[in-house]
Formats: sequence, C-alpha cells, structure tokens
Amino acid sequence: MFLVKYIKDVWSGFRSLLTGMKITGGYALRHHKEKITQQYPDNRETLILPERFRGEVVMPHDENNEHACTGCTACELACPNATIKIVTKFDIQPDGKKKKAIDEFVYHLELCTFCNLCIEACPTDAIKMAQTFEHSVTDRTELIKILNRPGSKIREGVE
Amino acid sequence: MPSLENIANSIHQWLNNNLSGPWPMLIEFAIVGVCIIGLFAMLGLVLIMMERKVSAWMQLRLGPNRVGPGGMFQTAADTLKLIVKEGMTPDGADKFLFNVAPFIVMIIAMVIMAPLMFAKGLQIWDVNIGILFVAAVSSVSVIGVLMAGWASNNKYSLLGAMRSGAQIVSYELSAGFAILVIVILTGDLRISSIINSQADGWWIFKGHIPVWIAFIIFMIAVTAETNRAPFDLAEAESELTAGFHTEYSGMKFALFFLAEYANIFVVCAIGATLFLGGWQPLHFGTDTKFNEIMDYIPSSIWFMAKTFFLIFVIMWFRWTFPRLRIDQLLNLEWKYLLPISMFNILLATVMAIMNWHF
Repeated sequence: MFLVKYIKDVWSGFRSLLTGMKITGGYALRHHKEKITQQYPDNRETLILPERFRGEVVMPHDENNEHACTGCTACELACPNATIKIVTKFDIQPDGKKKKAIDEFVYHLELCTFCNLCIEACPTDAIKMAQTFEHSVTDRTELIKILNRPGSKIREGVE
Repeated sequence: MPSLENIANSIHQWLNNNLSGPWPMLIEFAIVGVCIIGLFAMLGLVLIMMERKVSAWMQLRLGPNRVGPGGMFQTAADTLKLIVKEGMTPDGADKFLFNVAPFIVMIIAMVIMAPLMFAKGLQIWDVNIGILFVAAVSSVSVIGVLMAGWASNNKYSLLGAMRSGAQIVSYELSAGFAILVIVILTGDLRISSIINSQADGWWIFKGHIPVWIAFIIFMIAVTAETNRAPFDLAEAESELTAGFHTEYSGMKFALFFLAEYANIFVVCAIGATLFLGGWQPLHFGTDTKFNEIMDYIPSSIWFMAKTFFLIFVIMWFRWTFPRLRIDQLLNLEWKYLLPISMFNILLATVMAIMNWHF
C-alpha cells in the first residue's frame, strides 16, 4: 500500500507540473496575439486602461454645471491622509431657508495615495476616479485642485 | 563538401606539414582556446537574450525591444555596461579567493566542453572516459561557488553557497544514474561511440521506458545542478538578495552570470548527446526519402538545434515552476529521484541484458 501511494504521489506531482507547463507553453505560442504590455509613450492616443484604474479624484458635472456633492464631508473623514478639505457655505433657498452646500472641494493630489476610500464613502456618488495619469507639473501648488467648477451648484433632488 | 570536420582536419594537416616540434600542438591549443572563449561570449549574448524573450512570451509581455531591431543588441549593451563598471572587492573579503572564484567557475564550464562533439568529427578531445570526465569535472564547479560564498564574508553569500553545495552534491547522484543508463545501453564511456550507437535511432526512441525515465530525471537533476529556478536556492533573490554573488559587481559578476548560461549550454549539450543522438539526424525506418532530406542538414545544425531545444525546456521550467524550499528540494532528491533512478538502472540493466531495446 505504501508503494501505491508513493507512485500515485509521483504521478500526481508530475501531472501537475505538466499542467503548469501547458499553460506557460500555450502563452509562449500565443504571445503575439495576447500581449498585455502597453507601449505607453508610443500609443498615447490608443492607450487602453483598465476600467478600475485610479488616476485622480474628479467631480463630474452635468451640462447645467451641477454636481451631486452635498458637502457631507464623508470623503474628508474617510481619507487616511487628509487629502480632501471641504469648505462649506450656506445657500439661501427661495423660501428663505438656509441650506448647507460646498463652497470649495479642495483636493491635494500630492498627498493622495489613490486608495479609493473617498469614492466608496460618498453617499451620492459625487466623486469618482478618473483615468488620467500624466500628473507631472513644475510647481507643487499646481497639484492642489478645486474640484467643483466656479458657479456650479448641487443638482436638484440630491440629498 | 566543406564541413567543420574537413576544415579542422586541413588546419591540423597544414600545421603539421609546415611546423615541427611542439608548435603545431601549441597553435592548436591557442585556436581551440580562442574558439571556446568566442563560443562562450556568443552563448552569453544569445542565451541571455533568449531567456529574456522566452520569459516575456510566457508572461505575455514583449521583452527587450528597444535596442536594435527587435531588441537584438540589448545584451550587447548590457555587457558593455558591465565591462565599464567598477569591479569592487569588499574590505572584509578574502581578496585572493574572492577574485579567483569567478574564474574557477568559468574555467570548469570551459573544461567540460573538451569531450563534447559539436558536429560530425568535430571534437576537442576524444577521450575514452568522455562522459565520466564530464560527470567528474562538473562536480568541481561547486568549489567555485563555495569559494565565492565563503570569501565574500557575508552571511547571505555563505548561506547561498552552503545551499548550493548541498544541492549540487545531492543532485549529482541522480544525474550520474541517468547518465549510467545510457552508458549501460551503449557499453562505452567514449562520447563518439555513444553518438555512433544512435545512428539507427536516438536512445530516447530506442530505449523506451527506462530511457524516458532517465531523461526526465536527467533534466530535473541538471536544472538543479546549474542552480536554476525552480532550484535556484543558491541565489533565491527574495531570501538571500543574490546568494553567493551578492558582493560581486562589474565583470566578476558578469563571469558568474555567463558561467550559469555556459553551464546550461554544456548540460543541455550532454543531454542532447546522450538521449537525442548528438549530431545524428532524425531518421525513420531505413532508406526513405525523409532520411535523405534529413541527411542534407549539416550535423552541427542538428547538434545546436537539439541543444537549444533542451535549453528552451529548461527555461520553460524556470518561468513555470515556483521555487522549492530547501527541505522540499532535498526530499525530492533523496526520497523520489534517487530511489526511482536506482530502480530505473536495474530496469535498464535487465533490458540491456535481455536485448529488449530496439
């Protein structure tokens, strides 16, 4: 019985090695079709990035220059290294009530680690990760970005 | 028809006719030395390029593709960089041993070349104990590795060298047994007669089951003996930075790097000689059109093609299998490969006596 187990061991080990070699050998044969390397500076126009690539935090605005940020500061609290600073103000509603809204959504790209925690924390999906990644600038202050556009306001119905 | 054999013979004859005393022999030594060093330099460039391309293909990458057409000159550029780099010797190192170790590793790889038959009739030294000579000399290379590890005065280097020592000493056994199977079937240690015995079919076809087992064991054992992944415990980047050549830089590092590839070439050439018929062309049956066409391909190309096929297989191993732990490595040798190869040698002996091979 010992011998049977021994031979079975050897055979299963050998077969699993062959399975591995079949996979890599198949890749070696099909490499010209399935290449995954992007030759980046050469193919800047046709560059394909994966959907979940995290380049920088942006705030999408619609055609009426409206965003979905309520200024709840959930992203600011979620950020592990104080990348986001939200400055709030109070809008006067038509009926005379005051309503909290964002004045400036300050985003420090130089501090960001692209961990995606702010996007997950946002209850209204007001911010998302963009696919841009060529962020080099010659002055550090250029990396401090204000994400809400001038004159933008919160979209109707977003609470 | 000009062949490498004719060229070698005419040079030999010309030297003997025109010179006397020890001069023809000394000049032949020099020619052989230059040829082998040239071969090694070419092998270093070609095999490193091949390794990088093969690894890239197996991982669906592109590999080097910027220097020259298709990245062909990448290794030449790398070598140039290594030549101009400073070859440092650490303060605490044993200077003499440290500097001599890379040369020992390199010289041993060169010495093993001596009995190899590169083409029909092209052999440096047709010694009657050819394959024994190869097995004996190849086990000396561990001294160079141990020397490098010890002289570096660095614990990582020493650990790598010790591991390498344990590994090479263990795997020598099963490599030796795999070689013995062919020696039993041929009945001769001389490389030329081993190749001639395969004129009517390579041993891998003629010897069926015992030779297949021996071939697989041989490939595993030589992968371990050349310290290549999945048996690269001597280097083990993730554990020992670079093992025995951690402290080496510049051209001395390049010599170790080159010796690794030279050793791969040598062991694959031996594998091709023993199992795949050396320079013998592929023949099926007798007197067929196919055989005639195969005979037109020069013997040196047959030898190189077989050797490079085996080198590809070893590279395939490297880019497929994960590295073994040291206890797993020794388990594999002492509990699996050695008993199997001992049983296999019995099988081969019975087969040789009863004439069960073709």
